[in-house]
Amino acid sequence: MPSEIKIQVNEQVHSVAADPDTPLLYVLMNDLQLQGPRFGCGLAQCGSCSVLLNGEEIRSCVTPVSAAAGKSVTTLEGLPAWYAKQKKLAKAPALHPVQQALIDEQAVQCGYCFNGMIIQAADLLSKTPQPTETQIRTAMNGHLCRCGSYPRVIKAIRRASRAMTAAMESGAAEELVAQGVHAAEVAR
Amino acid sequence: MSAAKSAPLLSQNLARREFLKAGGALVIGFSSAGAIGDALFAQDSTAARGAGGGPPDPKQIDTWLAIHSDNTATVYIGYVELGQGSTTSLLQVSAEELDLDMSQVSTVRLDTNITPNQGGTYSSSSIARGSPAIRTAAAEARQALLQMASKKLGAPVERLIVSKGVVTVGGMGGEAPSVTYGELIGDKLFNLAFSGTAPVKPVSDYKLVGTRPVRNDIPDKVSGKYVYLQHLRLPGMVHGRVVRPRGQTAYGSGAKVASLDENSIAHIPNARVVRKGDFVGVVAEREWDAVRAARDLKIAWDIPPVLPTSEGVYDAMRAEKTGDRVVLQRGDVDAAASGAAHVATGHYRGPYQAHAPFGPNGALADVKSDSALVICSTQDVYATRNTLAGILGLPPQKVRVQYYEGSGTYGHSCYDDVAQAAAILSQLVGKPVRLQFMRWDEHGWDLYGPAHVGELRAAADANGKIVAYQYDGWHHNWSAVETSAQLALGTPAAEWRDGAAQMVNPSDCGGMYDIANVRLVNHHVPGMNYLRGAWLRSPLDLSFSFASEQTIDDLARKAGVDAYEFRKRNITSDRWMGVLDAVAKASKWAETPRPPAAKLSNAKIVTGRGIGLGTHLTSYGGAVVEIEVNKDTGKVRVKRMYGAIDAGLAVNPAFIENQISGQLVQTASRMLLEEVKFNKTNVTSLDWNTYPILRFEECPEVTPIVVQRLDQKSTGAGEEVMAAAAGAIACAFFDATGVHMTEFPLTPKRVLAALHRA
Repeated sequence: MPSEIKIQVNEQVHSVAADPDTPLLYVLMNDLQLQGPRFGCGLAQCGSCSVLLNGEEIRSCVTPVSAAAGKSVTTLEGLPAWYAKQKKLAKAPALHPVQQALIDEQAVQCGYCFNGMIIQAADLLSKTPQPTETQIRTAMNGHLCRCGSYPRVIKAIRRASRAMTAAMESGAAEELVAQGVHAAEVAR
Repeated sequence: MSAAKSAPLLSQNLARREFLKAGGALVIGFSSAGAIGDALFAQDSTAARGAGGGPPDPKQIDTWLAIHSDNTATVYIGYVELGQGSTTSLLQVSAEELDLDMSQVSTVRLDTNITPNQGGTYSSSSIARGSPAIRTAAAEARQALLQMASKKLGAPVERLIVSKGVVTVGGMGGEAPSVTYGELIGDKLFNLAFSGTAPVKPVSDYKLVGTRPVRNDIPDKVSGKYVYLQHLRLPGMVHGRVVRPRGQTAYGSGAKVASLDENSIAHIPNARVVRKGDFVGVVAEREWDAVRAARDLKIAWDIPPVLPTSEGVYDAMRAEKTGDRVVLQRGDVDAAASGAAHVATGHYRGPYQAHAPFGPNGALADVKSDSALVICSTQDVYATRNTLAGILGLPPQKVRVQYYEGSGTYGHSCYDDVAQAAAILSQLVGKPVRLQFMRWDEHGWDLYGPAHVGELRAAADANGKIVAYQYDGWHHNWSAVETSAQLALGTPAAEWRDGAAQMVNPSDCGGMYDIANVRLVNHHVPGMNYLRGAWLRSPLDLSFSFASEQTIDDLARKAGVDAYEFRKRNITSDRWMGVLDAVAKASKWAETPRPPAAKLSNAKIVTGRGIGLGTHLTSYGGAVVEIEVNKDTGKVRVKRMYGAIDAGLAVNPAFIENQISGQLVQTASRMLLEEVKFNKTNVTSLDWNTYPILRFEECPEVTPIVVQRLDQKSTGAGEEVMAAAAGAIACAFFDATGVHMTEFPLTPKRVLAALHRA
């Protein structure tokens, strides 16, 4: 039976009336009207529905909403703010460096899989800031792309890694914010 | 924010106006909350656009474009965006002719009340067939605008100069009077017949065409702001799911409901069963309730065990009484082959393969007693509208079909089936319905790229010149009736007629080589009691090329000539030679000679390379592939792929590079992994575990090459290198092992069996 469940998504606490067994994905899509996580297989095989749960990539299509209670969910929409908090930036950039790198590499085709791609890549770079190509392929292997965008995604993750490293080494958090401002201009 | 507002490709204002004026349902993306009912366009003289059922008159300039007061233009395009970037390319073409900047042009989503009918978006035709109409309409509109400007500025047309939609009198320096397009016509109709006679710009004057403006859908696609079909919701709607046997049954024999227990979902609040004939669905207020109602519903099916099985399909097709048609006959193959120095023959097999969109197809339908709105991801809005009208019992003019981009579809996936299912559900429940297929619906009830048997005989003379070529191909046609219509209405299964569906393709089957004696025969297998079939990206070409290019390589080997050199000896077309040379050069083919087959390595892991040519219907594709074969495990890895396309004038070479890159990866996937499995009753490939595709760890490095031909008309680039790459993979396998693979995909089991037989 539906019950009142409190979940924290992108730093905001929401109260939803849902059966506790409802997969988190349906709550994020329909109750919270988020566009990042999306249905791909419902079987945890493809990565379309990925979100961060306490900073770890999970498949929201097989995670009951009750399992997210008391934890912090971050979706694609909240990724720049999550990144800023992690890196202790004064202000969230418009885009996470992985998102910006995917634009710079023009990596997208249909783009439906990119929610999961970006979430997983952000997870990877938060733990392994300078991954080798093999590490990238291994970390990303659970995410499918039917259009065949893998080569450009690999390039983009390397580009994002370089951008993040450069910004951190120069100690200039502002630089990343500036990068974000640039990204916002591109997005317009 | 309205859904239309969220997607920058589309003109917000027009899209919004259509919903207001046409009485169309208010469509909302997730981020929407705000007002849609402003009066901004109330006085707009073009506001009548979209008020009735289309298509609008293609002989009117207003059908193709509108100029707005703010000096921007909306271009109405009849081709859908599938992530290829073709919409941006067509905007480049129109901006070029209008002398506008890219930032000044936009378009709207396809809509049967608004956009012109240019036919379906297939055969990579967006640029080839779309650009001439859009180019000439833009040129004609510019001509009309210059005549208006001439009157306004009191100067002859010949003296006028246009930049970014500002018309200036030339030769007058800073004092020159000027007027903008927006001031001349802003939001008023041209009311001008489209004669098609206005001169278009010479290629030498191009400023935008041939350059690489970036796709403007990408920022929203990575930020999550882009509205996909799957994000849309309608007010007052319910969520639907279909209930079908897991995995499709034989086309033509169908599945009948044997028993159905509606009480089995009584525990799910507000969920209900909806049934029409053997069409069964469920609806519920909450999506998860619809999903689990479909899962929990107790239903039994009568399914005749008549399928030939995925293992038996080739022998079954070969044994059928077929409808035979000679596609091409030139010279005398038998006579030429009988006296030839070298003869190669072979029997080759290609499996059913799935479109398998990454996100299952979805649709929204709001069916009323006298009209209907259906929003879906069809590649052909007008064809979908007409079929829906028949199913719903409404006149086509009363059915409005709108296109929203979903996940990439690569041909005729379940987009029409899901649209029909949503419409049937909505008609039965009397409410708007949103339906998305589950993974097993999409994988299991797809219209697959058909299985194929190819038998070849080719011959070369002592100088390595191909003198004879015969290709006999067996496959069934495309299915003409969608599953929803079959189940709900009992519409009998039917196939596309011969000639309208893909047959043995002369472009792939020897067409790139100069051969005096050729015979191509299409053996049409009756498609009843096989699987559903339709066009899958580069339809049948992978099978053709797998067979044909291996045969060509076989001749080369028998003639003792290098594979690249052998092809050069047999080609005179500079277009084919261009792509062949491009990939040979990029891969340093000539600089890295290979040992002859007799000296193949005995190592456990061996490497090989292959070169191939192929296309779909237009354009020219060439590929070189480097692979690695583990002879102990049978595992094949494609390490590196080079692919070149000559598609004539490449409007945006960057987009074609991205397309080539995707085609190469998808071809590696299809040649190494993909096959639809089925038993006598059902398809058993229902998800990514039972229908695996290529992943990051196995992904090859790719080098895309665009052969730019400014002097040639634009042709397709969305699928034209796949056949070449498929052939090159097979040839690389032979190069590595000395063994021909006669059936793909090259799975470890199949590879080990082939190596064992050799």
